[in-house]
Amino acid sequence: MSCVLELKNLGFVYGKGTPFEKRAVDDVSLTIEKGEFIGVIGHTGSGKSTLMQMLNGLIRPTEGQVILEGKDIWEEPKKIRSVRFKVGMVFQYPEYQLFEETVYKDIAFGAQNMGKEGEELDKAVTQAARFTDLKPELLQKSPFDLSGGEKRRAAIAGVIAMDPEVLVLDEPTAGLDPMGREVLLSQMVRYHKERQNTVLLVSHTMEDIARVADRIIVMNKGRLAMFENTKEVFRRSDELEQYGLKVPQITKIMQDLRQKGFDVPEGVLTVDEAFSVLVPLLKKEGKLW
Amino acid sequence: MVRDVAFGQYFPGKSLIHRLDPRAKILMFIAYIVIIFCTFNFAALGVTVAFTALYLILSRISPKFYFKSLKIIIFIVIFTSLLNLFYGTGDPLWQWGIFKITLNGISRAVFVSVRIICLILASSCLTFTTSPNELTDAIERLMKPLKVIHFPVHEIAMMMSLALRFVPTLLEETDKIMQAQKARGADMESGNLFKRVKALVPILIPLFVSAFRRAYDVATAMECRCYRGGAGRTRMKQIHLSKRDVVAFITLALVIGGVIVCNIFVTSVL
Repeated sequence: MSCVLELKNLGFVYGKGTPFEKRAVDDVSLTIEKGEFIGVIGHTGSGKSTLMQMLNGLIRPTEGQVILEGKDIWEEPKKIRSVRFKVGMVFQYPEYQLFEETVYKDIAFGAQNMGKEGEELDKAVTQAARFTDLKPELLQKSPFDLSGGEKRRAAIAGVIAMDPEVLVLDEPTAGLDPMGREVLLSQMVRYHKERQNTVLLVSHTMEDIARVADRIIVMNKGRLAMFENTKEVFRRSDELEQYGLKVPQITKIMQDLRQKGFDVPEGVLTVDEAFSVLVPLLKKEGKLW
Repeated sequence: MVRDVAFGQYFPGKSLIHRLDPRAKILMFIAYIVIIFCTFNFAALGVTVAFTALYLILSRISPKFYFKSLKIIIFIVIFTSLLNLFYGTGDPLWQWGIFKITLNGISRAVFVSVRIICLILASSCLTFTTSPNELTDAIERLMKPLKVIHFPVHEIAMMMSLALRFVPTLLEETDKIMQAQKARGADMESGNLFKRVKALVPILIPLFVSAFRRAYDVATAMECRCYRGGAGRTRMKQIHLSKRDVVAFITLALVIGGVIVCNIFVTSVL
């Protein structure tokens, strides 16, 4: 595997030199490998959104460097737009950025800005729509006529159509119903598998992160608190609680069972996993026929 | 960034000026505008400048913000003073073709720029020290007599306070939308005028949509609280004239007197 993104002592201060000066990100260094699915968690105001916005050059770091494919993205500030095509960013509530007459045109907006046209553009749009399960007949509708979930998916498709090397999703499931979250999440997993791209997912739902992430970035007060693989992060539940975070409910239950002396493994992250562990256990104890 | 504009912002504080009755402040501001345009010589102008300075100091707001508010109008100041500079009468001190500068022109230019600067400083002082709510409340109270001619005073005041309330919200929203479109490669910094105007479409449409959405939300929220317009409503904050306000009015009266005396008794340079 090769490294796609490297952050070197990255820091950001809002309103530098004014009385409202506020440090948002402090000395973050890490490397992300190509093809990883990274979860990003942190308390509200822990600096994760600011960190994400520095990855594609929407804000310029006040200290340190962002190195994308071996090159500092701010080396040539005039070419920063090309970085934004390589690091696709989906903001919170992205449906509020829709503006075109048709869904198709809206999805095409980013790809068009890249200079794609004709067949290439059409292919990018239809593929992005396929990843997000938008039916072909929806593409000719006005984006304002779609349902909330469809709007969200159309907005995400607009970023996917740029075919970014790194896709950053800032709380993509916020405000969706359980079914909508489930669907969106599995779409993103499928996208990640098929394209073999790097995905960063910011979320407050530990269950989601536990299900999809290979590694997790934990932010606390602007600093990088942890960057470990998923099992390791959720094993350290006491530490997470200090940062105002929790482990997934099922992990917590399994940890409690373990403490009570039951023979269950550490680091169970999903309900399915727990199921496959608990059923044999119950059978062994003779509680299940 | 859009948020860097200092003009029209409110800085909470507890200075003497902050605590003045907002109605008194508005009335004084109107009187002040009249005064500043009724100063006919440098002595009278000096009196008003001194009065302005006194208020700015008493407001206890960092001079930095006042300078910032002047930044936006600096071009207007330069432009008008240049115009005045070349339109003076009398013997030319310097001449080039039809352009000539006279003593009269110079004094006019100085006069006009000082007037504009004072005006902006005073209005900044008003908005810096008075919260938007106080302002609209005061305007509503001052316009109350207009109700006699069926002028919808309360409704207009409510519209004003709603509009002011949503300025920061919409600014924030604009920022967010801009970021999101930039992330999709929208280019707002280059190209000719036509291209730049076109580049605004992806920002303006979502902004309008969200403004309408918010308007509906606010309307629903107001209905849920049984809002039925102004009749019979009482206020959470009652405003009263106090001794401070009387003192402020007296100072203003003295300044008016001073300006009149200067206008009459000091021989004019103009």
